[in-house]
Amino acid sequence: MSLVPEIDFGTPAARSEKMVTLTIDGNEITVPEGTSIMRASMEAGIKVPKLCATDMVDAFGSCRLCLVEIEGRNGTPASCTTPVAPGLVVHTQTSRLKSIRKGVMELYISDHPLDCLTCAANGDCELQDMAGAVGLRDVRYGYEGDNHVKARSNGETNARWMPKDESNPYFTYDPSKCIVCSRCVRACEEVQGTFALTIEGRGFDSRVSPGMHEHFLESECVSCGACVQACPTATLTEKSVIEIGQPEHSVVTTCAYCGVGCSFKAEMRGEELVRMVPWKDGQANRGHSCVKGRFAYGYSTHRDRILNPMIREKITDPWREVTWEEAYAHTAAEFRRIQYQYGRDSIGGITSSRCTNEETYLVQKLIRAGFGNNNVDTCARVCHSPTGYGLGQTFGTSAGTQNFDSVEHTDVVIVIGANPTDGHPVFASRLKKRLRQGAKLIVIDPRRIDLVSSPHVQASYHLPLRPGTNVAVVTALAHVIVTEGLYDEKFIRERCDWSEFEDWAAFVAEPRHSPEETEALTGVPAEMLRAAARLFATGGNGSIYYGLGVTEHSQGSTTVMAIANLAMATGNIGREGVGVNPLRGQNNVQGSCDMGSFPHELPGYRHISDDSTREIFEKLWGVTLNDEPGLRIPNMLDAAVEGTFKGIYIQGEDILQSDPDTKHVSAGLAAMECVVVQDLFLNETANYAHVFLPGSTFLEKDGTFTNAERRINRVRRVMTPKNGYADWEVTQNLAQAMGLGWNYSHPAEIMDEIAATTPSFALVSYDYLDKVGSVQWPCNEKHPLGSPIMHTDGFVRGRGKFIRTEYVATDEKTGPRFPLLLTTGRILSQYNVGAQTRRTDNVLWHEEDRLEMHPHDAENRGIRDGDWVRLASRAGETTLRALVTDRVSPGVVYTTFHHPMTQANVITTDFSDWATNCPEYKVTAVQISPSNGPSDWQVEYDELSRQSRRIKGKLEAAE
Amino acid sequence: MSEGNKIIRMANQIATFFHSQPASEGPGGVATHINKFWEPRMRRQLFDIVDNHGGEGLDSLVLKAAPLIHRPKPAEVPPAATVSA
Repeated sequence: MSLVPEIDFGTPAARSEKMVTLTIDGNEITVPEGTSIMRASMEAGIKVPKLCATDMVDAFGSCRLCLVEIEGRNGTPASCTTPVAPGLVVHTQTSRLKSIRKGVMELYISDHPLDCLTCAANGDCELQDMAGAVGLRDVRYGYEGDNHVKARSNGETNARWMPKDESNPYFTYDPSKCIVCSRCVRACEEVQGTFALTIEGRGFDSRVSPGMHEHFLESECVSCGACVQACPTATLTEKSVIEIGQPEHSVVTTCAYCGVGCSFKAEMRGEELVRMVPWKDGQANRGHSCVKGRFAYGYSTHRDRILNPMIREKITDPWREVTWEEAYAHTAAEFRRIQYQYGRDSIGGITSSRCTNEETYLVQKLIRAGFGNNNVDTCARVCHSPTGYGLGQTFGTSAGTQNFDSVEHTDVVIVIGANPTDGHPVFASRLKKRLRQGAKLIVIDPRRIDLVSSPHVQASYHLPLRPGTNVAVVTALAHVIVTEGLYDEKFIRERCDWSEFEDWAAFVAEPRHSPEETEALTGVPAEMLRAAARLFATGGNGSIYYGLGVTEHSQGSTTVMAIANLAMATGNIGREGVGVNPLRGQNNVQGSCDMGSFPHELPGYRHISDDSTREIFEKLWGVTLNDEPGLRIPNMLDAAVEGTFKGIYIQGEDILQSDPDTKHVSAGLAAMECVVVQDLFLNETANYAHVFLPGSTFLEKDGTFTNAERRINRVRRVMTPKNGYADWEVTQNLAQAMGLGWNYSHPAEIMDEIAATTPSFALVSYDYLDKVGSVQWPCNEKHPLGSPIMHTDGFVRGRGKFIRTEYVATDEKTGPRFPLLLTTGRILSQYNVGAQTRRTDNVLWHEEDRLEMHPHDAENRGIRDGDWVRLASRAGETTLRALVTDRVSPGVVYTTFHHPMTQANVITTDFSDWATNCPEYKVTAVQISPSNGPSDWQVEYDELSRQSRRIKGKLEAAE
Repeated sequence: MSEGNKIIRMANQIATFFHSQPASEGPGGVATHINKFWEPRMRRQLFDIVDNHGGEGLDSLVLKAAPLIHRPKPAEVPPAATVSA
């Protein structure tokens, strides 16, 4: 094993289709016009010495090391900033160049410490490499004069010297090692788009500075790691590298956080993970990362991980550690007993959107083939099930239409109900890059999210709608487009059903859908909405990106259809730069849906009532499948409270914390006789469990994740599972205990079964993925390299379907008792229920969930910033601390749900999307009042958690 | 909210959507949706309301759709119940 090689071409690739031929060191080479001489040389295998250039950022031309000579031109131009031209004859090594480079290196080294042996970058230092490359043998200048290297000079304190900044939990900044190449500053600007870093001072005083000479942690830095990756020396270094040393091998794998699905190199020393470095060939992230994927992997070795299976009779008993065999036998016996006693349909399961496709496939297979029913669901139920339904109805396929690269070609972007800089940060960086190039942005969100106004990004329009009025707003946009004749008739006539369009157009054109009519309802100024609609319809390639702010409403599915209508009406489907793009929450939520996790669908979105599909699986699995849809998660809980649903197998999902109306969830779980939880930690759901099966992390298993752009990416095992087994093995062993004759020896065999049964995965195999890197489904005979963009020659369903979208007010209404609207979201440093990120140093950025409220609402209630407040709804109440801010409008309050003590879902109700039962997290009528501390429920629940985490023979509770 | 009420609410929510669609799609749309997504237990509860409680509380469109909704097989009798009987 060795490190995965990555070539640094020095400058980014040129996009031109026109090719240019030149000669470098006697080699003739042909490259696209606009390529730098440095990059062209590297393409020919010639490494021109360089320090300030790296291909993640634009050429800068400051280090003066990459100089070349060009026949017929004067001087020694920098190869990084000099573009190729036809017929150039370039020399990269001449006696003149040699002596210039040596002189430059000598100056660099004259102000750089010579502690190479004990330096953390030893073995990975470009400065050291370049000193070697130019043959530096002597440094004539000592440290007696001005320098940044020594804390004391000539017995005096050296004012130029700065101590290390170790404030960031994951990396250090050592100014004494900085060569002021500006790579970090440019990475922060160009790649991440945060502009947190700058060069302060001039000339010899120049230094990298986070913000206004602040510490990293106190600056605007979002800890994405791009600067650390760009640094050629030990100036910015991962603390893990300082502690462990340089990695000796690396493996390409896929991040297990959000739905962007970034590719990383897991850099290893033996089985110890040294660091995660974003992989430049990763097609979702193109070499970029965020604080979670890059740094927040410490949960995988956290002491809270449960490594032995456990059982208990009653949920009030302490846990008892047992062998795996006993755990499987007990679970199998309990499930069979329950089915014997209460019927075949009295048990079910939940697949994990955090686990691999292969694991998800096995869990739904266990339920359909082993339990003999279709009571399987997944957390997509509570996030993007309306996307599946809405896009299925309108386009014919349940997924986003584009790849992430598409954003590089967009001209106008609508971001609705999503907060990409926090929820999907790497996509946000790519979007911001395009916005800085001039693309226009329309934000539709109750809250002033960061994208509305951030350095060098300014939304053209922010429509601050009232929570729950998405359909009214999107339909009003359509009203403007139709009544002002801005629709794309040619596209509609070619691709869609014209009579359905006419019906829809007549519907949206009704005056009651006009922005002027709906303004009172939505709170969006009519003129602003009209201007936004005109911009979207006429501004070139229009793309729509949306998140859970669209789906998690009682009209979630209707809004998805309204978005699809808008895209079709403006002809923004089927090519680069356009499309409808759901930003999916969890790493494999797309995959879990693809793999047949929904109770009505077999893998590949084929309805369970379809005889020919069932037959494929019946033949292969040797069973008869039930042709009726099964229960969805909320229906399972309802059935449990009613007494007809008694047992559940939950893999990698914490429904008690993440699902709405906590009291209803806990009542459902408490009514069951056998709750089996498979997870890394004793999560909140495990408080109600009878069997706990330890799970494994993404570092400990092989498999695939499918991201929000339908990209199937490999997950590769880099260490032995601490609990002994990968999750797919645990499911297989449980299946065997239940009498199923499964015998998979590797997840590759499971993928082969998926490919053999599911047409959209027909060509997918581990060998193929190793060869091509990743593919976007459908990947079959017709699309052997996958499908980056869908609906290119017509819609999957044939003709695009326009559907009327009538606004219906949610039943969750404000009134005198509950006058404010609560909406929920997430924050950059934390992920979902926080089970992983809370067990990393990311808590430094977000120790607790806070309630954002407008100063006006706060003042009315006598609440100051930081006060404890009681947050009450019709469903329940909790307490948390207030954060007074005008990011939210008056009448709207906002919180995150990353911490279990907050219990934000005690507040949310059981209202849900009409089509899919996706819960209405985003709208809850609430009242807020000052409080002294935790509510009774919080106190009781805390005690329950403490009690239910006792393990026999262990003194301390696990959390 | 009792489970019966929940079934009524869910059915009516679906009906509300189809009320806004072309009239020809109404009953068929509601029925197709329920057939596709509702587990037999839920459909049994719905038919209980239609058959035994005069459809009280249900939207007229749900009642029009009822003849098109698949009647689920009777609830399975658990093996244990057969043994004890």
